[in-house]
Amino acid sequence: MKKTDVVIIGAGPAGLSAAIECKKHDVDVIVVDEFPKPGGRMLGQLHQEPNGEWWNGIKETDILMEKAEELNTTIECGIAVHHIETLPDGGYTVHTNKERFAAENVLIATGAAEVAAPIPGWTLPGVMSIGAAQVMTNVHRVKAGEKGIVVGVNVLSAAIARELQLAGIDLHSMALPAKNAVSEEQAHPQKVMDGLVRIAHLAPSKFIQFGSKFAKNSFVRNIATKFFPKGGVKMWGMPIHVRKAVTKINGTEKVESVTMVDVTTDGEIVPNTEQHIDVDFVCIAGGLYPLAELAAAVGLPFQYSEELGGHVPLHNEAMETNVAGIYVAGNITGIESAKVARAQGKAAGLSIVKNTTEQNVTAALQDALHEVRETRQAASIQFHPRIEEGRSAINTSFQNKATN
Amino acid sequence: MTSKRIDNHPVLGKLSDKEKITFQFDGKTYEGYENDTIASALLANGIRTLRKHENTGNPRGIYCNIGHCFECRVTVDHQSNIRACLTPIQENMIVESGQVQPHPLHPDNDTEAIRTYEDFEQWEEE
Repeated sequence: MKKTDVVIIGAGPAGLSAAIECKKHDVDVIVVDEFPKPGGRMLGQLHQEPNGEWWNGIKETDILMEKAEELNTTIECGIAVHHIETLPDGGYTVHTNKERFAAENVLIATGAAEVAAPIPGWTLPGVMSIGAAQVMTNVHRVKAGEKGIVVGVNVLSAAIARELQLAGIDLHSMALPAKNAVSEEQAHPQKVMDGLVRIAHLAPSKFIQFGSKFAKNSFVRNIATKFFPKGGVKMWGMPIHVRKAVTKINGTEKVESVTMVDVTTDGEIVPNTEQHIDVDFVCIAGGLYPLAELAAAVGLPFQYSEELGGHVPLHNEAMETNVAGIYVAGNITGIESAKVARAQGKAAGLSIVKNTTEQNVTAALQDALHEVRETRQAASIQFHPRIEEGRSAINTSFQNKATN
Repeated sequence: MTSKRIDNHPVLGKLSDKEKITFQFDGKTYEGYENDTIASALLANGIRTLRKHENTGNPRGIYCNIGHCFECRVTVDHQSNIRACLTPIQENMIVESGQVQPHPLHPDNDTEAIRTYEDFEQWEEE
């Protein structure tokens, strides 16, 4: 069993930047990640910022890895953590598929997973989550297919659809999943439209920009949904439909086509509107939720937050939890951009230094917390408009729990 | 077999000097690049189906591609239930797709199968 000061679970932007802060202050860490390469979900990200600059997740990972390597940080990839055991005399044993690690502190930076949006036929080879297509395309440099369709219209799917196009992959369109027992809001045109206006600034489309300006006016959004063009609104030449839904995916050995129908503003199927669209792959985009099983295994209290994308372990702004020695950072604390995760990781690292050594890092920690807030406010892709409210509710619950 | 490799990318650039690695999948030899996972190397060769559902035999391939869904489990060098999406290919690696398994609870199947905890205890003693 290897011993260290901190085991960091997840080598994404949060985990890596936390590791860097710890190592800078002579706190020993071991970073583990089950993916063969460090970088986490950031690896696949590739989009143009409103200022024209490209956000390239591979380059951003290289920058963090260079710093981590300068500081001789131990990063072990291909290791899957399945349990964090609390020891009776304090400290933790982290159980993995390879070996065990002992530490007084654990930072859980496991990121996010994708919400499933099942529709009939979704187990056929060729159906994948939108994130799967992103990793195939940008990390492995393999096309998900020759012609695809994106089922699920949201911030994440629009951004990744663009990435697939960049790599020369032909997309028929983006459309909603048909209403069923699990698709819920993802199948509701009005609610999807509410989300669409948040990515409007990324779209060179007058129609969506128009919607964006009146984002606060639900009456205008209702009208926009009602009169949504039959051919969809084009973003980068690809139609985005909020009044069309995919009811099923067809094929015997693999994906051959999808069945698409028109839907009302409430997502009800309009009879006799069925059409078949030939595709060889389908990306299902249900959005992201915090990947928090390990936080539950170690006994952290949870709270559901729609704004943050799901059940999140209670924590404060400094990334401390209600259990001594356990810290969280990145998307496990709520769905936000990689830049926010990176800033949170720095804060978590400094909190660990503050709590475990004699070093005075109060000022640096304050700066790091300020950086998290600033990064959040400047984010070009906002996953939820009321993120601040969600953050503040979790912080309040953490404080209540801490004083009880 | 049509290659699905993205050799040129307008922002990420060219793929160059990639070391080639050969491996086997269901008895056939395929080529992938260094750092490919089993799933990406096979998809680059046009192969999507990684296993059959243990019970129904329905074909399955990757779903999440980052290790969460376990849809891509294959047998690697005789070790079963390995996630193809997380496992890098290695020279001469032998990968086998998952196949239909005898149903452990079906009365027509193997009468020796362990069905109850008592069966298990007895099996352990032997």
